[in-house]
Amino acid sequence: MKPTTTTKYAVALAALAAITALPVAAQDSVTLITNSYRTGGFSGSGIPLGNGMRDYIALVNAKGGVNGVKINFEECETGYDTKKSVECYEQAKAKNNILYLPWSTGATLAAIPRLHVDKTPLLSMSYGLSAGADGATFPWVFNPPLTYWDGASVALNYIAGKEGGMDKLKGKKIGLIYLDAPYGKEPIPFLTNMSKKHGFELQLYPVPAAEMQNQGALWLNIRRDKPDYLYSQGFGAMSPTAVKEAVKNSFPMDHFVSVWWAGGDNDAQAGGTEAKGYKSVTWHQVGTNFPLIQEVIKEVVDKGQSLTEKSKVGEAQYNRTVYQGVLVTEAIRNAQKLTGKKVINAEDMRRGLETLEITDARWKELGLEGFAAAMKVTCGDHSGHNKAFITEWDGAKWVKASDWIAPSTDEVLPLIAAAAADYAKTDGWPKRSEACDAK
Amino acid sequence: MFYRENGQFNTTYAEDMAVFPIRQDRIGLALILGVAAIGVPLFGNSFFISSVMIPFLVYSLATIGLNILTGYTGLISLGTGAFMGVGAFACFKLTTAFPNVNIIFWILASGFFSAAIGMLFGLPSLRVKGFYLAVTTLAAQFFLQWCFIRIPWLYNDSASGAIEVARRTLFGFPITGAQASAQTRYLVLLGIVVFMTWIASNIVHGRIGRSWMAVRDMDIAAELMGIRLLPTKLTAFAVSSFYAGVAGACMMFLWYGGGEANDVFNINQSFNILFMVILGGLGSLVGSFMGAAFISSLPTIFKFGLPAIGINIGGATAEHLTFMVVGALIVIFLIAEPHGLARLWQITKEKLRLWPFPH
Repeated sequence: MKPTTTTKYAVALAALAAITALPVAAQDSVTLITNSYRTGGFSGSGIPLGNGMRDYIALVNAKGGVNGVKINFEECETGYDTKKSVECYEQAKAKNNILYLPWSTGATLAAIPRLHVDKTPLLSMSYGLSAGADGATFPWVFNPPLTYWDGASVALNYIAGKEGGMDKLKGKKIGLIYLDAPYGKEPIPFLTNMSKKHGFELQLYPVPAAEMQNQGALWLNIRRDKPDYLYSQGFGAMSPTAVKEAVKNSFPMDHFVSVWWAGGDNDAQAGGTEAKGYKSVTWHQVGTNFPLIQEVIKEVVDKGQSLTEKSKVGEAQYNRTVYQGVLVTEAIRNAQKLTGKKVINAEDMRRGLETLEITDARWKELGLEGFAAAMKVTCGDHSGHNKAFITEWDGAKWVKASDWIAPSTDEVLPLIAAAAADYAKTDGWPKRSEACDAK
Repeated sequence: MFYRENGQFNTTYAEDMAVFPIRQDRIGLALILGVAAIGVPLFGNSFFISSVMIPFLVYSLATIGLNILTGYTGLISLGTGAFMGVGAFACFKLTTAFPNVNIIFWILASGFFSAAIGMLFGLPSLRVKGFYLAVTTLAAQFFLQWCFIRIPWLYNDSASGAIEVARRTLFGFPITGAQASAQTRYLVLLGIVVFMTWIASNIVHGRIGRSWMAVRDMDIAAELMGIRLLPTKLTAFAVSSFYAGVAGACMMFLWYGGGEANDVFNINQSFNILFMVILGGLGSLVGSFMGAAFISSLPTIFKFGLPAIGINIGGATAEHLTFMVVGALIVIFLIAEPHGLARLWQITKEKLRLWPFPH
């Protein structure tokens, strides 16, 4: 008897159902939900950031997961809106998310008070609340590999290096162009301290969020003041506009240094070839010249499982979330080792993050030799204040332009301790009750 | 058949002037309140309460506030977001300065601060109307937002610039801060919203409300009848901002539980609430609830509801879909039904009265 079309469809459907149903039942898995913003005014940064993480996790899963445990990876769209981020947090909590990745300062600040109640760790990779680095006050917050204060410190050390020492900064003018929001204002207390100590003049150039794309008047002031160096704490549409204005006002681009979030490919591209020399502090390499990134291309991108174009793999922001992916999977690995469980929960994840250490040898094992400096988080120090370097835009791509530079931790740590103590004054803020793990 | 007033006779003037003259309406209201106060906290899960019900109630309060100004008095305001911010910061300053006073008292008291600010920015309303007034309130929005960032005193000089919501209790139960459960926060908020809606209903049905509506319909005629424009318009601004301020304080303390106030109380928030007023129905309290429910829940339904019933659209697509649907609906409502959802509800009720024999 010839099978009818209906029978064929039915068989095919049954087979499909069997295929899709089986692995779910058989495989151990953990749930990881990240906030993302592929829509809205910040999507220019949000899309490459989302793609890097997504592709890296796809590769990990394709290779069988972390010690055989798959990662159920989901994105929750926020449009960089705090209201929606709060909603995403609630949703993720209901799905037993092991780690909250807020991806905006607003979302981080809104989540921090709830973490110890919900027993969910939060990883804000070099953003969010700098004071969160204080592990004794914020056991559930992690912000490796370095804070904004470390970033400003690295930039200052680099500038001092170029001038021939910290003492040569005396009498110089350093401008800070920043987004007029808590995020943008982060480096001010640190730079103010340093300006008093080293005798340089700090000039502030705030960019209101509504005026991100309209900085003409501000740059007239910059032209008048002629700062020797300019440090940018910008984000979203503000950074490419600043680069464009700097080119237009013929500001010497090699004296223009930015924080990592203003160092995306799209930020520098706005100035075209004339933006050559624009610098950014960063903690990881760009490009695809790493075995792991090649593997991502081969196993994920070439197989059509990625949302990104192949040419955009290896861009600054793409690689940044590959770095984040490595932190997450290494922390899961740690947590598995510490607890002896395969399927870990959020509380185990916190312990995994707290003992996170990636040595140069481990980076090499991962197929990312030279991608980033060795990094380490401890029980008391949830940032690690790890090394970073300066990268320079050569007109078409970012190239490494300095050695690894360590932030001046002796300047940063007291600020963090003070800010954490200030936060802990809030009524009802709990004392740390979580024990520290030995490595 | 079921919804008609046959056999219900009013024997006193008070009964005749009641807000809900029909018995079925009163039963319906009691039913809704019962479900909201008992059913939701009992059967709703914490995600539903904290991501659907609490935002809905907060927005309802803000929408009532703007509706008093725009719907009842005919004055357009684009500063609602900022007035909410004033309430949130006032509540934060008050509760950190006087931690022993109950937080609910401070949430309500913070309304007075935004009322004062609202009156200040409402002063030009005597001279300017329509678009020009919209522009002056826009100035309020930008100026206040600037203050929220630039005056560190407002957020107690905290390095993050964020409001930190401390733990405050009522009868020993934490109602703000991280330990407060979604259910407790919801019940407190529900209490505030019901109480303030009752007050608003009394105001708009009374002398003050009638003078607002007279000013809205034709201010020269109202003036000729002896309604003094300045006090009337200023009370509208004051009451409206009061509601916005309380909504802002509720938003920070009972919903967000702390965070960066500047990105919450921005111009988008003002527009959002204006859309709720337009979609819900100008000059209608029940419309305020409908508009708030619609616009605040629609994104959540698209993003989490559709995947839950098996229609798996991506988060970004859901976001775009929300923009398109809300945008289209606003245009459609402005053309086809300028009185919004409230008017549709009213038509339904009129039809129901005659159903099933519409002759």
